[in-house]
Amino acid sequence: MIDELEIRDLEVSIGQKKILKGLSLTVRVGEVHALMGPNGSGKTSLAYTLMGHPDYHVDAGSVTWRGEDLLSKKMTPDKRAQAGIFLAFQYPSAIPGVTVASFLRNIYNAVHHPKQPAADESDGAMPKYTGIPLAKFRKLMEEKMALLHMDPAVAARYVNEGFSGGEKKRLEMLQMAIINPTIAILDETDSGLDIDALRTVAEGINATLSPEMGVLMITHYQRMLNYVKPQFVHVLLDGRVVMSGGEELSHKLEANGYDWVREQVGLPSGVGDEVAEPVAEHV
Amino acid sequence: MAVPNPAVDKVPTGYKYGWHDPEMKPLYVMKKGLSREVVEEISRIKGEPQWMTDLRLKAYRHFEARPMPTWGGDMSQIDFQDIFYYVTATDKAVQSWDDVPDYIRRTYDRLGIPEAEKKYLAGVGGQYDSEVVYHNIRADLEKLGVIFLGTDEALVKYPEMFREYFGTVIPANDNKLAALNTAVWSGGSFIYVPKGVHVELPLQAYFRINTENMGQFERTLIIADEGSSVHYVEGCTAPAYTTASLHSAVVEIIVKKGARVRYTTIQNWSHNVYNLVTKRAVAYEDSVMEWVDGNLGSKLTMKYPSIYLLGERAHGEVLSIAFAGSDQHQDAGGKVIHAAPNTTSLITSKSISQGTGRTSYRGLIKVYPGCDGSKSTVRCDALILSDEARSDTYPYMEIDEDDVTIGHEASVSKVGAEQLFYLMSRGMNEAEASAMIVNGFIEPIVKELPMEYAVEMNRLIQLQMEGAVG
Repeated sequence: MIDELEIRDLEVSIGQKKILKGLSLTVRVGEVHALMGPNGSGKTSLAYTLMGHPDYHVDAGSVTWRGEDLLSKKMTPDKRAQAGIFLAFQYPSAIPGVTVASFLRNIYNAVHHPKQPAADESDGAMPKYTGIPLAKFRKLMEEKMALLHMDPAVAARYVNEGFSGGEKKRLEMLQMAIINPTIAILDETDSGLDIDALRTVAEGINATLSPEMGVLMITHYQRMLNYVKPQFVHVLLDGRVVMSGGEELSHKLEANGYDWVREQVGLPSGVGDEVAEPVAEHV
Repeated sequence: MAVPNPAVDKVPTGYKYGWHDPEMKPLYVMKKGLSREVVEEISRIKGEPQWMTDLRLKAYRHFEARPMPTWGGDMSQIDFQDIFYYVTATDKAVQSWDDVPDYIRRTYDRLGIPEAEKKYLAGVGGQYDSEVVYHNIRADLEKLGVIFLGTDEALVKYPEMFREYFGTVIPANDNKLAALNTAVWSGGSFIYVPKGVHVELPLQAYFRINTENMGQFERTLIIADEGSSVHYVEGCTAPAYTTASLHSAVVEIIVKKGARVRYTTIQNWSHNVYNLVTKRAVAYEDSVMEWVDGNLGSKLTMKYPSIYLLGERAHGEVLSIAFAGSDQHQDAGGKVIHAAPNTTSLITSKSISQGTGRTSYRGLIKVYPGCDGSKSTVRCDALILSDEARSDTYPYMEIDEDDVTIGHEASVSKVGAEQLFYLMSRGMNEAEASAMIVNGFIEPIVKELPMEYAVEMNRLIQLQMEGAVG
């Protein structure tokens, strides 16, 4: 078993529009990768495809995780989560009426103690099911909230309802810390954050990172990478990874933009920049 | 009623109370169908006083004379001549579960009732088809003068009080179904709480239909005397037969000055039951009446718990949750009539429709002239889980006084693919994710329920979702 997420020649479309056009990228456990690209280059599409969003159609290519086909039909998003994949959403949904504490305990159990159907449910008995004990969970949650400098009162609020952009991102990081995935995909986690919030969130990411976790940070800007240092930086243009390098590549992109990359790989200037990426509607 | 019900074939995965007791040997089964003779026979078997026999016959004439309502749900397939009006398994209600016939006891055990009674109830009643088979109340409450009996038994033991209140809130000619109930009623609960007595733990009744093509017509009467309080809870289930049964209850409540009554229903009939119920309360000065109405089961439910605010500063609340799965129609809501000054009311309705299910909110707020200073708020939210599901709102307002504050808010939302994807990306399967969204949606109402019922409600939703998605 190889501890790596391998994406090969991936082609993805949404509706009639081709978004990813032969993307290849490998993330090993213990590595931190940054995937940078302008708007419309396919960043969120890649994140959604890896997590199994039903609107994203894989036309060609493969994604394997620890040698197994991640794109197979039975790998619905819940199964991918249970296999150790986590996606921090750019625009997470609100779940009115469900408290953060109850939500976190549910997702912890869903990932780490998925339900096994009972042999006999004819009497209306619920499936036999043992999750994390409440007291133990409370302790875990409080510990992780402290790590992210979160107000403990957040636990009693409804998930993402009335949350500011920064609060939403912090809750995504809290979920990551609690689930403790093997591969974490962070989709524009830096967007919508002011500089203080950015620093707190980044510190939280650093505190959560471990040699047992692989990270794919998807971002438009370099600023996040000042706090969370990637070992590998990739440039996504027109649905493909067109250039890879070390951390220095991100500084070059920050200083000079993407046009020089386009020139070097023979793409016309500004491709994809003006067309917003068609992502499904966010509720 | 030999009406094939396609819903039943799909039910077993989601409906867990669909067994029937094959061992049941009815003590008495009256022949199918309705006639003057059937009405008289029911009264005769029960050994009722003449006034009750006369009232039943008067009600029967009303029933005969009135047309079927043409609004609400589709009742065209109900054949009143294809229903058993009276089926009984035992001849008396007992006060110990040990004295209940074994097969009935097993049903209540499977429903968890005797266990619940020990833990958190002040009293329990159990009705099986037409008759109450079990009734018990804690001795300390009995000493305080609290009466909790099967309605038939109360007619025998407390004839004067019974006659004083019976049919005063919902008269025999109120509507066609209430007339039917008055003509053939059997069973139900009778509660009297004396002045100033507070019944801290809930009293519960559990209604079970076992016989196919059965009509259950229980009659419940609650009188909360001045300054008293009580919480009554009812639960309902039935076997998943292929032909339909009818449940048509009447509930009358009198909330006297300064008293407080909460009436909670968790209706989970199997999907072959027509559930057509008339529930009404009158609330006097400074009293509080609350209906908490959860409708999950049945083929068609038409139920609009009502409150007549007759005394100054009386307060009425209706909290309604309706869940309609495929081939179900929940036509539910609430009515509040402001008939005194400075009265206040709140109707909160949350409905969920799934598959081809349909929910309708139907409500009325009426304020009579001279009821100045009255306030009313109506809030209805609908959640739609599929493209074929449907939800409608029929809010009626009749306001004949200027000095009032009336608010109405309504919302319809659809479970978004993005919400589901978000939750599934956190390891929940589709049923778990949908159940979480639905439970969150009804949370404002569920948190009003006692803990045990809140847990039960969440569990029932979970079962519905698993049945629908799996």
